[in-house]
Amino acid sequence: MSLLQVEKMTHYFGGLKAVYNYNLQIDPGQIKGLIGPNGAGKSTIFNLITGIYKPTEGDIRLEGKSIVGYKPHQVAAMGLGRTFQNMQLWRHMTVLEHVKMARYSKLRYGLCGAFFGTAKRRREEAESDEKAHYFLNMFGVDPLADQNIFNLPYGAQRRVEMARAMATEPKVLFLDEPTAGMNPEELGRMVATIRQVHEELGLAIFLIEHRLRVVMELCESIQTLVFGEIIAEGTPEEIRSNPKVIDAYLGKDVVE
Amino acid sequence: MVFFFQNMINALQWGSFYALIALGYSMVYSILMLFNFAHGDIFMVGAYIGFGVSTGLIALTATGVIALPNWLILVLTILFSMFLTSLVGMLVERIGYRPLREAPRASAAITGLMIGIILETGNLALLGARRVSFPSLIETTTYNLGGVYITNKKIMIVVVSLAIMLALDQFIRRSKWGMAIRAMAFDYLVVPLMGISINTIARMTFAIGSALAAVAGILFGMAYPVLDPYMGILFGWKAFVAAILGGRGSIMGACLAGFLLGFIEIFVAMIFPSTLRDLIAYSIIMLILTFRPHGFFGEPYSAQLRL
Repeated sequence: MSLLQVEKMTHYFGGLKAVYNYNLQIDPGQIKGLIGPNGAGKSTIFNLITGIYKPTEGDIRLEGKSIVGYKPHQVAAMGLGRTFQNMQLWRHMTVLEHVKMARYSKLRYGLCGAFFGTAKRRREEAESDEKAHYFLNMFGVDPLADQNIFNLPYGAQRRVEMARAMATEPKVLFLDEPTAGMNPEELGRMVATIRQVHEELGLAIFLIEHRLRVVMELCESIQTLVFGEIIAEGTPEEIRSNPKVIDAYLGKDVVE
Repeated sequence: MVFFFQNMINALQWGSFYALIALGYSMVYSILMLFNFAHGDIFMVGAYIGFGVSTGLIALTATGVIALPNWLILVLTILFSMFLTSLVGMLVERIGYRPLREAPRASAAITGLMIGIILETGNLALLGARRVSFPSLIETTTYNLGGVYITNKKIMIVVVSLAIMLALDQFIRRSKWGMAIRAMAFDYLVVPLMGISINTIARMTFAIGSALAAVAGILFGMAYPVLDPYMGILFGWKAFVAAILGGRGSIMGACLAGFLLGFIEIFVAMIFPSTLRDLIAYSIIMLILTFRPHGFFGEPYSAQLRL
């Protein structure tokens, strides 16, 4: 049984067909990529799977259990973590707080603890701090823990966002253009980090990327989406040489 | 000088009410981007619930069913009323605002005004137009400090208000829910992806705001023991001004602005005829807002905040 399975998912915005007959299968420990031109519906697919939109048709199963119709916070709790194309960070909060937010559902103390600071709360908050530092460390941003998020350079903000997504302890991690807007050095570090997370934790990852170099380097299998439909799926080599992909996405001159 | 200090004390008391009510406005606004215009009437409901609870407890004590000292009646009244009023607040959120999460903000504002009218007239239907007098739960003792008269009630009102504000500040700053509330104030989209239910946080914010309004209502009832169904309107509007003046989403700002409003009103009334009080006081506030349109602690924010 695959970890995450999407079957015949179709979605309309009003009369507009955003995603049509989309299928996906991710096995434990697999990295898959999703590429496609702007407006092809890549982010919509992420939003559909993570419960932000409800698909018009089709089924999404996580470990065999259908997650269609659950709210985003429930889907997140079931084990789908994600990052955003434009990061969605909280101004005025520290790096540490960002990651601690992801541990929210693991904190069990009640109202009494929240107002008066019981022993249980202190213990749980200390545990939460420790976990948060662990994830910040994993992405090399622990020294910045007490900084306000907006004092960080762009690349570091991206890493905090990744740490935040990882801190929810997802079964599958969805990354929406993790290297968008990065300079070559930041990009190289990010690719290395994604690979490291994948290899060390055996985490399944589903990745949207614009930069083909990144997808080709990281992914075992790639889907190409054009106007809401998958036109090709396969290994990086297959995608690179698929005439439909070359035509629709790469342009005829890219591949020699 | 004595006169000045006397007015300081009065202003502190008067400002406490504004500050407590402004907090409810400010918290709801910061997370849901809507002004709960029914909040002044929640304050009224809180005062009436406090009236009901305390009258009931006094009656029980008088008939000898239970024997409670007055201070305990006061404490129980505050706790029960906070609880019951928070239920009212949660109900308002559930029925009035949740269905309108995605609706234009104007619809939500109008809903608030309507809920306010329903609460006022509902009270009228339930208890009639007769004003009720809030029971005097503690004996008034007046202390004379070098010509400045301070009553124990005034001290209590200011101390209780400040204690509650400090507790709330700790809650917002350090607890997990406080963290979620702050996060929601700046970006909505990603909060659920941390496994946090937006509805839970919204409900909780309404509950806390309403509980604070209930405290304000009871304290107000102790200082000015005549309640009527429309008492919340003007107070609500003024507290709303305080919330704006404090700056969006700022607990500290709402408190300070509440007290500032109290000070301005009391000191304007000290110098000018009291009929001109609000005219002058609110002209001053308009002037302040002209120079600080985002309030004391608010920041210009982009239009990316939705809902």
